[in-house]
Amino acid sequence: MSTSDHDGTAIEARVAADPRYAALVRDRQRFSWILTIVTVVTYSSFISLIAFDKPLMATPIGSGTTSLAVVLGFAMLVGTVAICAIYVRRANGEFDARLAAILADEAA
Amino acid sequence: MRRLALIAALLTGLGWTSGASAAIAGAVARQPVNWTAILMFGGFVAITLWITGRAAAKTRNVADFYTGGGITGFQNGLAMAGDYCSAASFLGITSQIFNDGYDGLIYAIGFLVGWPIVLFLVAEKLRNLGRFTFADVVSYRFLQGPVRSFAAVSTLLVVSFYLIAQMVGAGQLIQLLFGLPYLYAITIVGGLMMVYVLFGGMRATSWVQIIKAVMLLCGATFLVLGVMAHVGFSFEALFAQAVAVKTKMALAAGLSPGEAAAKARAIMGPGGFIKDPISALSFGFALMLGTAGLPHILMRFFTVPDAREARKSILWATVWIGYFYALTFVLGFGAIVMISFNPDYVDAAGALRGGNNMAVMHLAHAIGGNLFLGFISAVAFATILAVVAGLTLSAASAISHDIYASVLRKGRADPKQELRVSRITTILLGIAAIILGIVFQKQNVAFMVSLAFALAASGNFPVLVMSLLWKGCTTRGAAWGGGVGLLSAFGLTVLSPVIWVAVLGFATPIFPYTSPALFSVPLAFLAIWLISILDRSPRAAIDRAGYPAQRLRSETGIGIHGAAAH
Repeated sequence: MSTSDHDGTAIEARVAADPRYAALVRDRQRFSWILTIVTVVTYSSFISLIAFDKPLMATPIGSGTTSLAVVLGFAMLVGTVAICAIYVRRANGEFDARLAAILADEAA
Repeated sequence: MRRLALIAALLTGLGWTSGASAAIAGAVARQPVNWTAILMFGGFVAITLWITGRAAAKTRNVADFYTGGGITGFQNGLAMAGDYCSAASFLGITSQIFNDGYDGLIYAIGFLVGWPIVLFLVAEKLRNLGRFTFADVVSYRFLQGPVRSFAAVSTLLVVSFYLIAQMVGAGQLIQLLFGLPYLYAITIVGGLMMVYVLFGGMRATSWVQIIKAVMLLCGATFLVLGVMAHVGFSFEALFAQAVAVKTKMALAAGLSPGEAAAKARAIMGPGGFIKDPISALSFGFALMLGTAGLPHILMRFFTVPDAREARKSILWATVWIGYFYALTFVLGFGAIVMISFNPDYVDAAGALRGGNNMAVMHLAHAIGGNLFLGFISAVAFATILAVVAGLTLSAASAISHDIYASVLRKGRADPKQELRVSRITTILLGIAAIILGIVFQKQNVAFMVSLAFALAASGNFPVLVMSLLWKGCTTRGAAWGGGVGLLSAFGLTVLSPVIWVAVLGFATPIFPYTSPALFSVPLAFLAIWLISILDRSPRAAIDRAGYPAQRLRSETGIGIHGAAAH
């Protein structure tokens, strides 16, 4: 992702004019906002569930001791890692490949 | 480690009492000198000083000092985890679970859930635009003076509150674990942190954090294996035994069998931590958005070469931090099962010997004996050092890079001079940290970590998001709008129960919720927006016109500054 200084401005203008660049930015932005909203809504729901219905959260799973709150809490920890992994996978894979293709073409 | 002592201020000092329920007060009694722990900690110090020496040889210019010459995303993720997981989480969460059960996990989740926000909204843009500090990013297209001044003030405020809480906590923790006097402890922490940052800069800081993270994760994993071996590697058995122990305790306390069973079951569900939903959400948002605005965390993005590695850093940081919090949860329940009825660890009244935060320490002793207790104590000390070193480095860079080089010298500072200023600042900060640690020794510093998060969420985060994502943002909007966020977060915190009642001693708070973030963050966004759209100055036109170029670079990394010298 480097550029030579002598045509620095030129490549920036060419990339900015490339329709694939606009599409990439749009897709990546949409993806990151969707995941942000999923994160915020999930977390707010979790906190609200605790705030509004503690007895429900304390309900045991089946006939055991493990409660719904424990399961949901661990799901929050795992889910937080998972949603990061989903973003990094697509951003470092598909999005970076698309960007590299644009930069390679426009630098040529 | 047996002497009876009621600590409390420990938890307090480390910030785990941000929620209203967890506040504990009391004095800390010094423990007998623990030589195993001191020797193990000495080993850690020897290794980190050796690394610092090697780093010092390679720290020749400002870029080396601020970024450490570049590490991988995996290493940076570990360093972020090392920077973020405090001794408080380790001792505080496990002890909270030992006492009340489930609630500790609610804290833990709050501290983790900010990381995806950092990843989705700011990480790659931050890396593509910035060079040394997050102020590089927010001031990219703006007039440097006002925006950098805002960022530097905000950094210093956030770092100061965080640092005071860490220093006071460190003094108390070390008194407790090592049996050293408070003043020694504070001076050792301040002195070592100065040496790391002064000579080794970011390179040494990164490695201190990486080594500490590995030690903490290995130590906690070993403990969890000990706990799980005890209960036959079944979580259900762990929880069932914990409830059985709590039932037995309640029966011993004179409750009827029915009441005792109900009281014991309560550890499996949320308890008193979340009282009113507004406070809970507000506190949650402060943690979540504050993480995305902590200057010492944001600074770590410039240690990796590009956006790709920056994203990997966060994924790894999230993996390790999430893993760590999952471990603390198991350790809390493990402590209930394994130490509750042992008179070596718990007195006749059921209180932990050595103080309220000692659960995991006793568990370490129960599982691994004196040697392992020494190891875990050394890890806790190392943890504090790693956190304060990161804080000091980010404050030093705010003064030398943002104020001195960019504002006072208008970007024309001699790099050698800038490096000298950062080192002088580091010395002053080290001395200031020691003095503050002494001044605040007897103070209630419970609110300080949550205040640091609230300030970061209300000042830095809105400015960062608006400058990166909104074309219309102007110099005035960013600098003054961010100022509104900081002021409102600070003001509302002063009027809230955590200061107005707990520190100043008034009967009823003027602002009823424990955290201001739910109000101050939207207010900051609104202020940035309003001031920007009303801004008709010539500079505003330049700011808006600069957006496309900034956007292009933030999305593509064309022209990116390397993490290494260039």
